[in-house]
Amino acid sequence: MSKQNLSKLLADEEPIERVEFQFEANFQATRRQFMQLLGAGLIIAVADAVSDAPGQAQRGGGRGNAPLPLSARLHIGQDGTITVLAGKVECGQGVRAELTQAAAEELRVPVERIKLMLADTDLTPNDGGTSGSRSTPSTVPAVRQGAAAARNLLIENAAKTWNVPAGEITVQDGQAIHQASKQALNYSALFADDSTKILSAAVPENVSIFAVKEWQVLGSSVPRPNGHDLVTGAHHFPSDITRPAMLYGKVLRAPSYGAKLDTLDLNAAQNLKDVQTVRDGDFVGVMALSSFAAAKAVEALAKTAQWTENTAISSAIVYDHLRQKAEGGMPQNPFSADVNAAPNKLKQSYNVAYVQHAPMEPRAAVAEWQDGKLTVWTASQNPFGVRSELARAFRIEENRVRVIIPDFGGGFGGKHSGECAIEAARMAQAAKKPVHLRWTRQEEFTWAYFRPAAALDVEASLDEKGNIATWHFVNVNSGGSAIETPYKIAKARSQSVNSAPPLRHGSYRGLAATANNFARECFMDELAALANRDPLEFRLAHLEEGRLRDVLREAAQQFDWPKRKADKTPDTGIGLCCGTEKASYVAACVEITRSEKGFAVREICMAYECGAILNPTNLLSQVQGAIVMALGPALREEIHFEKGRVTNASFGSYAVPRVADVPLIKIHLLNRPDLPSVGAGETPIIAVAPAIANAVFDATGQRIREMPIRLAAKA
Amino acid sequence: MEKKITFTINGAAQSMTTDGERPLLDVLREELHLTGTKYGCGEGRCGACTVLMDGKRLFSCLTNVEEVEGRSIRTIEGLANGEKLHPVQQAFLEEGGFQCGYCTPGMILNAVALLETKPNASEAEIAAWMNRNLCRCCGYIKILDAVQHAQKLSKA
Repeated sequence: MSKQNLSKLLADEEPIERVEFQFEANFQATRRQFMQLLGAGLIIAVADAVSDAPGQAQRGGGRGNAPLPLSARLHIGQDGTITVLAGKVECGQGVRAELTQAAAEELRVPVERIKLMLADTDLTPNDGGTSGSRSTPSTVPAVRQGAAAARNLLIENAAKTWNVPAGEITVQDGQAIHQASKQALNYSALFADDSTKILSAAVPENVSIFAVKEWQVLGSSVPRPNGHDLVTGAHHFPSDITRPAMLYGKVLRAPSYGAKLDTLDLNAAQNLKDVQTVRDGDFVGVMALSSFAAAKAVEALAKTAQWTENTAISSAIVYDHLRQKAEGGMPQNPFSADVNAAPNKLKQSYNVAYVQHAPMEPRAAVAEWQDGKLTVWTASQNPFGVRSELARAFRIEENRVRVIIPDFGGGFGGKHSGECAIEAARMAQAAKKPVHLRWTRQEEFTWAYFRPAAALDVEASLDEKGNIATWHFVNVNSGGSAIETPYKIAKARSQSVNSAPPLRHGSYRGLAATANNFARECFMDELAALANRDPLEFRLAHLEEGRLRDVLREAAQQFDWPKRKADKTPDTGIGLCCGTEKASYVAACVEITRSEKGFAVREICMAYECGAILNPTNLLSQVQGAIVMALGPALREEIHFEKGRVTNASFGSYAVPRVADVPLIKIHLLNRPDLPSVGAGETPIIAVAPAIANAVFDATGQRIREMPIRLAAKA
Repeated sequence: MEKKITFTINGAAQSMTTDGERPLLDVLREELHLTGTKYGCGEGRCGACTVLMDGKRLFSCLTNVEEVEGRSIRTIEGLANGEKLHPVQQAFLEEGGFQCGYCTPGMILNAVALLETKPNASEAEIAAWMNRNLCRCCGYIKILDAVQHAQKLSKA
């Protein structure tokens, strides 16, 4: 990853500070747009809190003179229709239910009355990318504040109408109620005086939202609002979008990374019936009346293409390569004097392979140009970022680009970028017609960015009591998420070092936290063994009282760790691990059994805590999904490449988890109503591989220091 | 090669002239606008494109449209009876047997193919049968729960 990309990624991970209300002239345009789209009504607006330009993010106090763009958070129509708007995207993580709940809670209306509009850059606020588990801690409160502002307006209006103190009014089931006088007023009454005027109000600072003990909707298992459309096939995913006169596009791909196109005979495709082509530098696309015809045309083109290939490195030597190319060299242990003098010490290296997200829906986009304005329907976790990418690619103003993100088929951190949108837009520009582009599975495996491979070194020394005295941890290439040790260690240093990655890489569910937790938690078991201590006791001895200790204890207790540890059934092993990332806490115990062919994961018992639970059923889905997804890179998933060519770009050769891989899974969710809710889509994924690796050691005596886990054949 | 192909789609006769080698998946999506059937891999490894042909499950991505001449094809759009959902759809809805929902039509049709021939399939038979469909959200636990729930709904 380039430094610029990395800093962008880090910026995405940062908490999003909301800039509170501001009204300026540019709100007029938004108002007009809303009038057209939603009709007259009450708009509760927010200033966009996020700027897409790197280094120009609006931070508290940084408003300057330039008015920020204003967007509607909430629209209440005269007929009482309530539309909530957010710049987040739904790709299976459940944000649609959660944000609907957030609005319903504060408005005190039934969830069925909320219409939630997500991720349309012309209409919704820029709430930042859907990444870093930020929807729960940032966007849920933002939506709640917007809704609470509307509720307060209703109360004020009712108080004025009835001439009673606002404090005597409550809101329930969409109505302001004054018990004493038995009067009621609903939201549409806000327009009784002047039915055509658009009212607007900003979200005031410090608007109060309901405390957890007052929750009626949050904390309950509200189902996905558009679930019916999912089970009937009625929902239109990005790849399902059609436009009048739309053509199907396909891109000519290079045979390998970094290959340059030398010659090509465009006529090979152009001579085919109803096929158009576009070549712009190394970009070559064809547009046809069907995907089938487009694929045939690209096949014909590919036969005429001559490439100069780059003999890039291969996966077999990737870890050596990453270590050799570590920027500034491999860092030295700052505590080496302590290590040399220590009674016990250990140093180990760990490797984590490149993996692909492989969402069920490959990248897809439909692009349409009209009067110099570009509209793109696509799948991206970063709608406003894709708008910027498109504006830059076509050298047009951002206000000439509209990006619409229908709920799409899986992201997992893999869809932050807009390359497919740009390709579709370039072809649509050439064809002067809307163009649909859907990547093939092979394209998705090959040309989408990967989760970075990691090379990790860990060194520690123990004191005479067998406690950790010094700790030095280095991650080369995959990043700094969850790199700091959560254990009490007097002298600890953890470092993330960039390298020269041979493949395009980017975010992933949990990103580097998986690699960092894998190396740390495997190494903790090695240290425990060195100190001749039980892995659970060894960890607890190094943990302060608190949330991590709580989940570790819970998992161990539910699993019955001490008893099962004493059980010496041959070819059966147990292992555990814990970790924290993005302010939530996880621990897991695992049982595996060894077989002739390898080993099988029998049971995973996980305890997880992410503050006050907003939607228990959705949370359970996220944790179940994260555990099973984690089994892939733990057990099998690994991108193979040879001289720049990915050699296992299919579900046949890259085996993601299936039903048959699902072990007995027991999940214990710890609810903490006293703590803020944080996102839960990522963190559980970090606590699977290390527990399995430690269980493999328990069963076989073989230490595991690589993901995916490989076991030498049974002797 | 262009040819005339006639088949039944969700109970209605359909006739068209198209290249016989086009995948059924493409014809469903691009000609008939039945976009509930999804592309996932193009090689019969994920099951997102699953439809029913004469009641049996079929990878529509690997099936040339000429192969369905005279056959009856059922897609996710043809499963509900008017407003009333098919029991398998109802079960997936009630169990929340989806996350992103992209694999859901294929999962549902695969389950329908099983339950129409084996309404009392055991838990192990269900797991084995559903193993050929991928869900990258990895929501398999609730998907299996949904299929078992569908067995109960079908009997009710």
